[in-house]
This record gives sequence, structure tokens and C-alpha cells, in this order.
Amino acid sequence: MEFQSILAAATGGHGLAVNPWAAVAYLVAGVLFILSLRGLSSPASAQRGNRFGMIGMTIAVVTTLLTHMPMKVGDATNSYVGIDPVAMAEILAAIGIGAVIGIVMARKIAMTAMPQLVAAFHSLVGLAAVAVAAAAYLNPLAFGIADAAGQIHTVSRIEMGLGIAIGAITFSGSVIAFLKLNGNMSGSPIMLPGRHIINLGTLAAIIGLVAYFTADQSPWVFWTVTALSFVIGFLLIIPIGGADMPVVVSMLNSYSGWAAAAMGFTLGNTAMIITGALVGSSGAILSYIMCRAMNRSFISVIAGGFGADAAAGGAGGSKEQRPWKPGSADDAAFLMSQAENVIIVPGYGMAVAQAQHALREMGDLLKKEGVNVKYAIHPVAGRMPGHMNVLLAEANVPYDEVFELEDINGEFAQCDVAFVIGANDVTNPSAKTDKSSPIYGMPVLDVEKAKTVLFVKRSMGGVGYAGVDNDVFYMDQTMMLLGDAKKMTDDIVKALNGGGH
Amino acid sequence: MDFIAIFSIFILACFVGYFVVWSVTPALHTPLMSVTNAISSVIIVGALIASAAAGSASSKWLGLAAVVMASINIFGGFAVTARMLAMYKKKER
Repeated sequence: MEFQSILAAATGGHGLAVNPWAAVAYLVAGVLFILSLRGLSSPASAQRGNRFGMIGMTIAVVTTLLTHMPMKVGDATNSYVGIDPVAMAEILAAIGIGAVIGIVMARKIAMTAMPQLVAAFHSLVGLAAVAVAAAAYLNPLAFGIADAAGQIHTVSRIEMGLGIAIGAITFSGSVIAFLKLNGNMSGSPIMLPGRHIINLGTLAAIIGLVAYFTADQSPWVFWTVTALSFVIGFLLIIPIGGADMPVVVSMLNSYSGWAAAAMGFTLGNTAMIITGALVGSSGAILSYIMCRAMNRSFISVIAGGFGADAAAGGAGGSKEQRPWKPGSADDAAFLMSQAENVIIVPGYGMAVAQAQHALREMGDLLKKEGVNVKYAIHPVAGRMPGHMNVLLAEANVPYDEVFELEDINGEFAQCDVAFVIGANDVTNPSAKTDKSSPIYGMPVLDVEKAKTVLFVKRSMGGVGYAGVDNDVFYMDQTMMLLGDAKKMTDDIVKALNGGGH
Repeated sequence: MDFIAIFSIFILACFVGYFVVWSVTPALHTPLMSVTNAISSVIIVGALIASAAAGSASSKWLGLAAVVMASINIFGGFAVTARMLAMYKKKER
């Protein structure tokens, strides 16, 4: 009893008067969420981590269901109230509908479409946060954030205002990111004139109105904040080009966390606050990693317009004709089967061509010939952080053959063949030497140090996202394998299989 | 719980998040995103409170809508994470 009364005193002042055991349960859920992320430190412990997450979520949901049963509204003079079975059924049905939709989406989604799925999920977190904040505003007594006269506590007003603003920004921003990633909307940036002034003005208005909300809880203030936040989320993402989407998806991941945290403050719920802080930090760190991998500052990504510069550079860049060496699948098969060490450098073009299974088959055949095969992954090789690793894992490439840039870059000098497929900018040595290059300073894979470079590319005409020519194409030790990535890899596999050498 | 108490939990959790996330291997950054997606839907707690409360019909329906959205995320997020993690295999020796 002692413990209960201490806990009750600790939870009484803010948010709902939480049952002390419920408070403990939420804390346990929060700790399980920490452990679930901790599990991702290695693929061996990751599945257990995911299960911790599921258990934590189950605890949080069951605790809430038990402590917040829908009650039949009784007479004010009659203290007896019973559970409302209809309302309970509605809640369970809502969970059931969500479960079916969610599981079907998770089963059906192609791994190449993961960025879109994640963007879609972010938009749902954002919209759910908006709905919860709006529900709390409309019925503050149910959330224990208002006095008997219906005046919402000042702190709760700030928390609620921030929650709805961040939630709305997450929603509309994620919808735009989804449309861009899914190809429903052009990946090229849409630049409104005076957009910086419009954006800053809108943000200032939101902050001003949230501050004003503490003095005046009228509906117009609340709904104007909501509407402006939907607009700013939209305005913030439309000028950002397709190449910067990995940063945007990470950033929205972070926002969805802060939205959950803000609602956690409103409810005084530790599970929500811990989770919000975890997810918020996670998204922020991933954005930082992505920015560093592209050598772009976070501010310049947010300011937008990168894709537009790229298009201009591609069209107007000096296109001098330089000699290059073409090669065939048979040449490639011969060179690689004679090699001791081969490093495969896959890029997103490989995944677009659906060449990952053929590539793994090629790797297996080479290993059978006694070749040491490794994969080198640039952080922005896919369309979101870690995307290429998932695509290779799906093709059954063992994860201990896949290496990150900083772990493998030193090995190119000792490798016989670097096999670049569907990647371009991430191998461009001008990022290290040419200060005028748009990608100068970006960390790149040192493929030019390999004894031989095999470069699979659709044609000599195209350039990468950044629109710069790659000196690797024209080096003496480079052999260009022009063609579709999947067809070329299939041909190499055939040559390796039938290869009489 | 007073504001300072929850604010303390929040700040400490940010530090925990910082260190835990840096320890995640880059190979698992995509599952990290999908699992954080799933757990940030713990916002369902607020949605359940709203949908169970009496007194405002609009608040209740907003709550139920939020329960559906958060459930999509929870089930979808954990399921797709499990699907991805099952693909990561070690070299057979």
C-alpha cells in the first residue's frame, strides 16, 4: 500500500490520475522499447529486439484498455456505472481493422518500395497524433487536463499545440514524400517564389498562435494552428528533390517521434515520452548520417532545390568525348573468375533493374571458383538508410559478406576486380579532388584503386543524380559493360556456368 | 506527475535514444526505421482514452479513427520489420 500511495502522489498532479500499477506498466513498456532498438545492434539479436517491441506495445495497449474501459454514462446521482459493451466492441473493431490493413500491407510490399511504405506509415502517425490532440481539445476532462470549468491547464495547452502542429507537419510532409518516392509526383523540386519568406512567416505564425493559445483557448486558435501546420508540412517538402528523400524520410521519422512525445506530455504517460524521445533521436541521427554521406548540410537539404541544380548540370556540362574501353559479359566472367578478390559495388540502379538475385548467383559461382567476394555499400546506395542491405538480404546475400564504406574502402587497393553495378556518383573520384564538383567532399568508394574496374551501365550518355561525369569510365583499367544491369549479370552467370577456360 | 518530473524523463530518454541508436549497425537502418515507426504508434494510448471517454461524440470518433491509424502502423510496422529481419542470414559454412 505504501508503494501505491507514493506512486499515486507521483502521478496525481499532471495528466490523468493514473492507476499506480498502470504507471509501472507504461514504464515497463518504455523500457522494452529501448531494448527493442538495442537489439538492432546486430542482425543476430535483432529479431529478439523486435519481439521486445511487440511485447511492450501489447503491455501499453492492454493497460490502457483495462484502465480506460468505456463506461455507460450513468445518472449523476447514481454512482454505479457499467462497462459499455457497444463502445468496447467499437474499439476492438477499430484495432482489428487496423491490424488487417497493416499486416496485409506488410506482407505485400516489395522491398524496393520500403521507403514509400515507411513514408506512408509516418503520415499515419502524424494524422493519429492530430486526431488525438483534437480529441483531447474537444474533451479535455476525459484526458484530465482541464479544471471543472473546462479551462485547459496552461502547460497542457502548449503541449497540445505543439503536438498538433508537429503531427500535422509530419502528416502532410510524409504524404508529399510518399507521392515523390512512389512516382505519383515528380521527384524534381517545386520552387515557389519567395518560399523562404512564406515558410518562415508561416512557422512564426504557428509559434505565435501556440503562445496565444495559452491565453485564449478559443477553437479558432486551435484549428488555425492545425491548418497552418498542414500547409507548412506541404510547403517544406515540395522544394526538396528526389535525391534528398533519404534525409527527408529520416527527418519525418524524427518528427513522428516528437509528435508522440508531445502527446505523452499531455497525458503524462511515460511510455509515450520515452518512445517519442527514442524515435525522435533515431530519426535525427539517421538524418545526420544521410547528410554526412552526401556531404550536404541539413539546412541546405531543407532549403531544397538540389535536384534542379543536378538537371541543369547534366544538360549544360561540358561533354568532351574521351576514349573508353567496352567489354562483354564473357570478358567480365573471365576476369572475375581469374581474380582472387572481387568487390561488388551495387547501387540503386541494380535494384531498379531487379538484378539482385542474378548478382547473388554470380557471387555464388565466383565463390565456387575460389574467389573471395565482398559487397561494398555506400550509405546512400538505396533510397533510405540501410535500404541496399535489405535488398541484398532479400536476395540471400549473407550479411557478413556485406561491408559499409568505412570498413571496406581500404581493401580496394588490394582487390583485383571492382564490379560496379547501378552505382555512379558514389564511386566518382572527383569528389575527393575536384573542388568545383557538385559532389566535392562526399565520401566515395575508392573503386579506382582496384586493379580492374568493371562498370555496368545502361549507356555512356546518362549521368548520375548529381549530373557529373565520372573519371572512372575513362581509366585504362576500366572496362565498361553497357546494357541492362539484370541482363548483363544474367549473361555473366551464363558465361561462368558454361565457361570453358 | 509534475511537469519537471516528466520533462526529466524525456531528457534522459533522449540521451538513451542517442546512445542506443548510434549502436545500431548501419546494415539495419531500414528495420530501425520501420520498428521506430511501429513503436511511435504508442500514441494509440491517447487514442484509446479518447474513444473510451464519454461526453463528446466527435472526440470519441476522432479517437476511434486514431485507433485504426495507429493499429495499421503497429501491426504493419512490426510485421514488416519481422519480415525484413528474417532475411538477414549469416554465411553457411
